[in-house]
Amino acid sequence: METFDYIEIKIPAKPQYVGVVRLTVSGMATRLGFNYDEIEDLKIAVSEAVTNVVHHAYTEAVGEVVIGSALYKNRLEVMVADDGHGFNFEEIKSKIGPYTENESVEVLREGGLGLYLMETLMDEVRVKNDDGVTVFMTKYVTREQVKDNVKRIPTK
Amino acid sequence: MKVNVQLREDGDMLRGKIEGEIDTFTAPILRDELETITIGKYSLIELNLSNVNYMDSTGIGVFVGFYKKVNREEGKLKLTQLSDRLTRLFEITGLNELMDIETHKKVELSDGNF
Repeated sequence: METFDYIEIKIPAKPQYVGVVRLTVSGMATRLGFNYDEIEDLKIAVSEAVTNVVHHAYTEAVGEVVIGSALYKNRLEVMVADDGHGFNFEEIKSKIGPYTENESVEVLREGGLGLYLMETLMDEVRVKNDDGVTVFMTKYVTREQVKDNVKRIPTK
Repeated sequence: MKVNVQLREDGDMLRGKIEGEIDTFTAPILRDELETITIGKYSLIELNLSNVNYMDSTGIGVFVGFYKKVNREEGKLKLTQLSDRLTRLFEITGLNELMDIETHKKVELSDGNF
């Protein structure tokens, strides 16, 4: 099986913590070798998913948002869930279908532009909605992967 | 993480400079600041976004809302000095077709992002 490093953070579903998630995403993306534009794309896409939870998932009590990230050699997979509990990344991922086949899109369409940006800025976005909404998204490192001990030739 | 708005009158124009990050936390602050503008007083409202280093759909929402209000009150709004990132965001959302937007043209001497 393809190996990955997994990083999970949990924040209160409050607007002031979306920026904290963004900083974490930025750090992870840098680690994987994403370029500047890709990192900025990731920051926006993940912020949109977290913002969506902050706005819609908890209308009364303040809950938590879990952001689980799997760092592969060639991509970053990020899952954003509103149930406040940790989750089994592989298990949930296997249950998520293409978002177009899921009525939960309607939930997200409220945030219209947010989902549109996620789809545009990421390579893949999927949504699952049973207990809570889970957004799963992937972005690939576009640059050719090279061995760590080989110097990279600047692309620009 | 914060947003800062400075507004100053320049003849019959209003020049504004927005700095910082615009996300779900700071967007309401920006919205409130823009809300204070008496649109009818000015021939043009120009907002300089050169120092906006992050923006997502919540920020887009604020500018769209303000743009609509300016239009309703028959004013004029121009967004200037957008970074490549912000320009891209306005292009992706198609707002560049709708709103008066001017991209940043300065020569980048160094990368200030790291």
